[in-house]
Amino acid sequence: MKILNRLLELLAGDPQADRAVPPTGFTARLTLLSSGAMAFLAVFALALSLATGRLADRWSAELAKTSTLRISAPQDQMEAQTRAGLTVLQSTPGIAQARPLTDDEQRELLAPWFGPDLPVETLPVPQLIEIIEDSDGYDSTGLRARLQAEVPGAVLDDHTRWREPLVEAASRLRLLGFVSMLLIAGATAAMITLAANAALAANSQVIRVMRLVGAQDIYIARAFVRRFTLRALIGAAAGTFIGTLAVMLLPSADAAGGFLTGLGFQGWHWLWPLVIPILAAVVAFVATRQAALRTLKEQS
Amino acid sequence: MIELDNVAYNYGGAELFSGLNLQLAAGSFHFLTGPSGAGKTTLLKLCYGELVATSGQVRLFGQDARALSRDDVAHMRRRIGVVHQDCQFLDHLTVSENIALPLSVSGHATTSSDLTDLLGWVGLSQQAQQLPPQLSGGERQRAALARAVIMSPEVILADEPTGNVDWEMSQRLLALLVELNKMGKTVLIATHDISLIRAAKAQVSARVLRLKDRRLQLAGADI
Repeated sequence: MKILNRLLELLAGDPQADRAVPPTGFTARLTLLSSGAMAFLAVFALALSLATGRLADRWSAELAKTSTLRISAPQDQMEAQTRAGLTVLQSTPGIAQARPLTDDEQRELLAPWFGPDLPVETLPVPQLIEIIEDSDGYDSTGLRARLQAEVPGAVLDDHTRWREPLVEAASRLRLLGFVSMLLIAGATAAMITLAANAALAANSQVIRVMRLVGAQDIYIARAFVRRFTLRALIGAAAGTFIGTLAVMLLPSADAAGGFLTGLGFQGWHWLWPLVIPILAAVVAFVATRQAALRTLKEQS
Repeated sequence: MIELDNVAYNYGGAELFSGLNLQLAAGSFHFLTGPSGAGKTTLLKLCYGELVATSGQVRLFGQDARALSRDDVAHMRRRIGVVHQDCQFLDHLTVSENIALPLSVSGHATTSSDLTDLLGWVGLSQQAQQLPPQLSGGERQRAALARAVIMSPEVILADEPTGNVDWEMSQRLLALLVELNKMGKTVLIATHDISLIRAAKAQVSARVLRLKDRRLQLAGADI
């Protein structure tokens, strides 16, 4: 809050202090360009992070609520085993619904490997039963024990085996997105610090004169800090605008799209990029202030 | 106002001066003279806190200069107007902006009437909007004097204020400094211009100090 107040006070500015410190051309361009480029990258890092977050949540939620019972039995016993399996499932607490997949649904599942015209009914394909949990979920260990006793050919797959690595991968991607944003913020701070140091060195005579007439370090620092904060804000605003536009132009997410087409913002998440220029300004404010006060101390 | 008590200053390992005592009382007028390289500018820098004495004590308005923080020194400099030999202007600011700079950095509002009066006093009304490099040597010194007094300081230190100007202009500058002293300001002028000192002594009661052979002494009657 204190930093925000200082930031607002700073943006209001002191025209006389601004006049006293002449702008240094290359540092202005360096700050604008680097903050713009970093904001552009930050938009993508943010989009990646949010998209993978959504994916992790969706996979986690969808897969956690469903499981499959696979009945492997000779053809003449398949129906009886399926009925026995259904009986067990229907009497298990935590299971909202259990239904055997139809031949068409099983054919559809196998189509990617065997083509669309597979005669499922003539092949020894196991019967799949889709299980949908209620909000409490069921005790998979207990169910496995019951199935082993009552339906020997049944195998319960609660998707844990392949759900966990997927969710973990998505979570890691989300983490990578956040780490990328932190690295971007750090790199922005480093570049702005370098530019501020260059500007301070180029204006050493101005600083000397201002000190001789009674300027305090904070007054001199403020003139530099305001300039660099505004430059970072403007550069980052431009970079964020272009980055957001680029994300908008990505192919839209649809059912067949998969992960890459879902890389973007959804709903109120479109507001998140607005935070990037503000963060860039805060980073520039802190970096320049530290650099200026340190340099002024060294020069005294 | 400013007191130096047994002060020594070493520069690059060599002793520039030592055992130096000086008291600038309120309303006094002093000249500091001596050969080039004797340490006149260094002595002035000790008086406005730009340098710290190697040993001894410098007291600025009763406070030990060595104990002052950087912010304290900044506040102290608002009470001491300094006319530097090379003027120390910001060349991208106009003359009036340069003169008003001490007000700006201390957060005081600049009233245009005060600035106009001050520019008129030093005879630079026509040059107010010019940049420092466009001024002559005399104009630069007068602008530097105007900047030194805009905060109405109690002490005015001038380092060779007439070094780059002709006789007529040096008399004009001297008249301004004498006028300030008559207004109650303490004035210390470092100069090697003996004719300036003689001209001043005809107008004001001034003590002349000579910095020679690493010691500060009262000048003889020959000046």
